Amino acid sequence: MKWSQNKGNTVAILINEDTRIIVQGFTGKIGTFHAQDMINYGSNVVGGITPGKGGQQHLGLPVFNTVKEAVQQVRAEASIIFVPPAFAADSIMEAADAGIKYCVAITDGIPTQDMMTVKNFLRRFPEKERMILTGPNCAGTISPGRAMLGIMPGHIYMQGHVGIVGRSGTLGYEAADQMKALGIGISTSVGIGGDPINGSSHRDILKIFEEDSETRIVLMIGEIGGPQEVEAGIFAKENMSKPLIAYIAGLTAPEGRRMGHAGAIISSAGESAAEKVAMLRDLGVTICPTPAAMGTTVAEVLGRLA
Amino acid sequence: MDIHEYQAKEILAEYGVKIAEGGLAYSPEEAVQRAREIGGNIWVVKAQIHSGARGKAGGIKICRTHDEVKAAGEELLGKKLVTHQTGPAGKVCSRVYVEAGTDIAKELYLCFLLDRSHERIVMVGSAQGGMEIEKLAETNPEAIKKIYIEPAVGLQDFQARKMAFALGLETAQLNQAVKTIKGCYRALRDLDANMLEINPLVITSSGELIALDAKMGFDDNALFRRHKIAELRDKTQVDPREVAAAEHGLSYIGLDGDIGCMINGAGLAMATMDMIQLAGGEPANFLDVGGGASAERTEKAFRLVLADKGVKAMLVNIFAGINRCDWIAEGVVHAVKNIDMKIPLIVRLSGTNVKEGRRIIAESGLPIIMAETLAEAAEKAVQARNEMVAKQGEHSGNSN
Repeated sequence: MKWSQNKGNTVAILINEDTRIIVQGFTGKIGTFHAQDMINYGSNVVGGITPGKGGQQHLGLPVFNTVKEAVQQVRAEASIIFVPPAFAADSIMEAADAGIKYCVAITDGIPTQDMMTVKNFLRRFPEKERMILTGPNCAGTISPGRAMLGIMPGHIYMQGHVGIVGRSGTLGYEAADQMKALGIGISTSVGIGGDPINGSSHRDILKIFEEDSETRIVLMIGEIGGPQEVEAGIFAKENMSKPLIAYIAGLTAPEGRRMGHAGAIISSAGESAAEKVAMLRDLGVTICPTPAAMGTTVAEVLGRLA
Repeated sequence: MDIHEYQAKEILAEYGVKIAEGGLAYSPEEAVQRAREIGGNIWVVKAQIHSGARGKAGGIKICRTHDEVKAAGEELLGKKLVTHQTGPAGKVCSRVYVEAGTDIAKELYLCFLLDRSHERIVMVGSAQGGMEIEKLAETNPEAIKKIYIEPAVGLQDFQARKMAFALGLETAQLNQAVKTIKGCYRALRDLDANMLEINPLVITSSGELIALDAKMGFDDNALFRRHKIAELRDKTQVDPREVAAAEHGLSYIGLDGDIGCMINGAGLAMATMDMIQLAGGEPANFLDVGGGASAERTEKAFRLVLADKGVKAMLVNIFAGINRCDWIAEGVVHAVKNIDMKIPLIVRLSGTNVKEGRRIIAESGLPIIMAETLAEAAEKAVQARNEMVAKQGEHSGNSN
């Protein structure tokens, strides 16, 4: 799964400072703002895509009509998507078809059936050639001090050895902030998004963290709805040597009500926060007792390792 | 988004699913008119509310005369029905569906929904219809048949036949069963539904297959391309505060507690509500103000939270990413000045430009309680709420 080449002493999964990034939906307001923010952080943005604007320059970088051209002309490897919901699924599939290795879809509001089509499209590729997708409806991925492929405030993340995978953007910021206050750094933080169907699941990202030499422990930030957190817990018990810590948001959420995220809805047994916590605890996962204790729980587990 | 039974039936009929003859009525007189049009000597008057389990709540009446139809209309229209799915507040019935009585030989269950693990539509069926599938799944899971549908290829005839046989249907009904099952799947895919349930699907004494009830739920994210479906929305079935919130791009859900919340991001909102509960309080609402929280939007959000008169304290928790704390702080100060707030306000800001944001609030001279961390914010909110309750208790004590 690890595809970014390790160069010198820089090791990070999914992205590093050399990863050649393109922005899909580059010339729009949101795409422009975050492309500039990523460049300021030190990410290696090499251009962008806006169909019909190929050949122009934007933020001093080339604009292409298609992802394929960007792959051929500037050797684009990773992509970030700011395309509006109606067209986002198509952009994701274009990236996969063009040979992009890793794609982050920021767009919020993609129809579920479109995501079903995207996942089906991705499965047609042999696993080795298959694009890794995270999101949609997420804050992106950051390897602090190296590269940011997302919309998060980069300055709240300290470089270190804790992997974070989570559904929510701002709750992920909260975790990073609590950790920074305790002097704990992060290897990579991956947002998988709040939709019912995600490009990558918690389990997919745990698999990557297990193989990452920079990551010593993993914090999983989940929420009500869906089977993903428990599936990740089962994976961790069976396949992971690294300790897994989890927090599940939504103790107070009533059944059948969608709590903001399209995926945050308790629709069947085992999907409430209390049930998920009980099952994860049984699987040997360390549980953060409160969302204010994400930092301290990580510190305790790290302390036991030392 | 949910729709009514009669709307779902109209859709399904277009897709070749058989339904009993019926018509919609907004008044008891209209209900009788519908019964006359339908003819026969037995009718079912059904309350149209967005909830299952209407029968148990008295929302479905079997009538044998036109007078009974009228009486049923009088009883149901304008009435609040409380089922285990509506919550204690219940839902108002403003229309009834009058349907020809069906001679039922057998009740079956059929449902299509998104299976998140498999990332596919799953078709679920059981020969034991009429009851709740959740209970059946617990007591007799073998009685439930599940068939996963490959999205690129769609539902095939052999899969529909497999389900028909699992439902215990006879050869004579096979063609109609395949047509019904495929029609349901087509409707779901064509219209971006994420749930379609027919409970019960009945076999009549003459061997026909009829959808006696129908429930459909649609993907909110796809409504932009399903205008006809979006038009079916019945705002009377949704909390008016949620409707108002949606108009301003806010996501609001009213709850039973008394600490009002305004937070950015669904995950942080849920976590903050958890923290309030762990600190001994109960949240009054879920409210995600989203990314670009302008001063105008902040004020709208404040008004929404404070419209709930039971709120005893309000907590604002913003982790600014794209947002900046100074913008949020200005929005909060602006809102508090514009709205005459009579309850304590606790604000916790974090992230981009946090120092600037805290300074703006401190210099505003407003009685805003500041908190630095999530834990501190929740504790202060609960404390302020308790003090408010004690103070109000004193007041009412004096007036007595």
